[in-house]
Amino acid sequence: MAKRIDVNDLNVYYSKFLAVEGVSINIEPKSVTAFIGPSGCGKSTFLRTLNRMHEVIPGGRVEGQVLLDGDDLYGAGVDPVTVRSQIGMVFQRPNPFPTMSIKDNVLAGVKLNGKKISKSDADALVEKSLRGANLWNEVKDRLDKPGSGLSGGQQQRLCIARTIAVKPDVILMDEPCSALDPISTLAIEDLINELKNDYTVVIVTHNMQQAARVSDKTAFFNIAGTGKPGKLIEYNDTAAIFSNPEQKATEDYVSGRFG
Amino acid sequence: MSTMTTNQNSTSGNLTPPVRKRNSLAKGKLPKWAIWAIAAGSIIIGAAASTLTGFNVASFAIYSAIIFLVAASVITTVAEGKRRGKNAMWTYLIYAAFIVAVIPLVSVLYTVLEKGMPGMNSHFLFSSMNGVTGAVDNETVANGTPVVGGAYHAVMGTLLITLWATLISVPVGMLTAVYLVEYGQGKALSKAITFFVDVMTGIPSIVAGLFAAAFFGMILGPNARMGIVAAVALSVLMIPTVVRSTEEMLKIVPNELREASYALGVRRWRTILKVVIPTAISGIASGVTLAIARVIGETAPILVTAGIASNINLNVFANWMSTLPTFIYYQILTPTSPTNIDPSVQRAWAAALLLILMVMALNLLARLVASIFAPKKGR
Repeated sequence: MAKRIDVNDLNVYYSKFLAVEGVSINIEPKSVTAFIGPSGCGKSTFLRTLNRMHEVIPGGRVEGQVLLDGDDLYGAGVDPVTVRSQIGMVFQRPNPFPTMSIKDNVLAGVKLNGKKISKSDADALVEKSLRGANLWNEVKDRLDKPGSGLSGGQQQRLCIARTIAVKPDVILMDEPCSALDPISTLAIEDLINELKNDYTVVIVTHNMQQAARVSDKTAFFNIAGTGKPGKLIEYNDTAAIFSNPEQKATEDYVSGRFG
Repeated sequence: MSTMTTNQNSTSGNLTPPVRKRNSLAKGKLPKWAIWAIAAGSIIIGAAASTLTGFNVASFAIYSAIIFLVAASVITTVAEGKRRGKNAMWTYLIYAAFIVAVIPLVSVLYTVLEKGMPGMNSHFLFSSMNGVTGAVDNETVANGTPVVGGAYHAVMGTLLITLWATLISVPVGMLTAVYLVEYGQGKALSKAITFFVDVMTGIPSIVAGLFAAAFFGMILGPNARMGIVAAVALSVLMIPTVVRSTEEMLKIVPNELREASYALGVRRWRTILKVVIPTAISGIASGVTLAIARVIGETAPILVTAGIASNINLNVFANWMSTLPTFIYYQILTPTSPTNIDPSVQRAWAAALLLILMVMALNLLARLVASIFAPKKGR
């Protein structure tokens, strides 16, 4: 299922403003890649271009190529909806649908698209997805209760369950733990390690320890100044980035002398 | 003396605080009964002052209120300080404003109940004015028998015309709001629509009635008066309200929910239909119900579009119809029997009571609908 992502010289714009410039990166399948960097350096913006969520914002557009196993996401005639069903996304703040039960939240990707699913298939999918998100044991007795009644950490795992229920090839996570307490964060990090067996995971994080703990490779983004575009400074194995970076800026950032 | 006490205390234990007579953080405080005493005093002085100028209830209330406001704030200032005095003055001013606002409401309810209850019975509810002439009313008054004739035709007319107005304006209004919020952000067309909706909000109801009458007159020939024409006139009044309330509700749906849905590979129209609208439906439903409550009491646009009828007409596509407001208007302005107007007045008040009850029921329904559709809480 997991697929690789290759980005060639990607420029990301908000209307006329160039937000991210000249990013080229190769993300291996079944790996965890972390994006780190100071606030406003464009790492979240870049992440959103990987499943065409960037263009949901008015004026958002890109130049360059993003290849998913060799297929250009931005090629002519590509439907962004197809792209998003193959590349799932988990957001910074947990956002379960308030009108739906826990079960319906997991099935949202199926039900919102109006696909018919038999009750036994639905139950199996709910259990599999919730088990995949390490949430099954906590919610199996209250699947019909509203998803908004869960704790923040549980809500975030519910959002992950909802994402893996549509069986994507890649899962993007935009600071998934920034609104969570340390125990919930640990639960999510454990989950990311398990997800790696089946999916390609890309995670944006402000927490460098987290990047060091969960990721195989790390990309450091930086920005020269306000109003300037963000750039990919260095991309390497996580161990190399944290212990032996090639660039001075990376070393400054990971050792805390900057940002 | 007090120094000595402190010294004695300090020998037994250094940690005990010095004994003081008065807390330096505290200020004077009026006892609780004081404010009631001031109120009673104000009422007595108010009554006396009112008697001097010839006693009546209005001047008595006004004098008492003013004396109480002044006395309460002055006494509080003296006893508790300047800030608390100001606080007391504004508190009682706000209470006064509240009472002034509630008086007309209570008075209207009381009057309508008092004058409407005698005429409110099953005969009034379930019969029309068909065949009720001035002669019948004269006989009723002469013999002292119960009033004949009712508002059934007007109740049905009100329900049918409002139902059709709702059927027209809810889809139009909701779809307009969906366009404005979901598709038209920042576009010239949406700015134009917002402007015209604002203009429509201010259209006088009689103008909406004339528009509908003229519009259908053009198509169906002059004197094309029927229920559906009135429904169109009312929907002209309802659409801007529905657009506005739906727009506000859709705007407060968090963008995160839309993004969550897009990220699952759900199309935009399905996102709007299955995520955005269900999240906002409770607010939309109560907005729609309040819009209905606003137009259900319109009189002028109904008169020029549906005319007036005394018989039961359940077909909005043919013949004239009455609604409760036009029924009241006609009973008061042209009583059925010009010499004995009492039966007509009684019918008018009973119809007014019925109309208030219908509007109240709609408001309660709006709350019920809102709580039923509200996103469920609980664990």
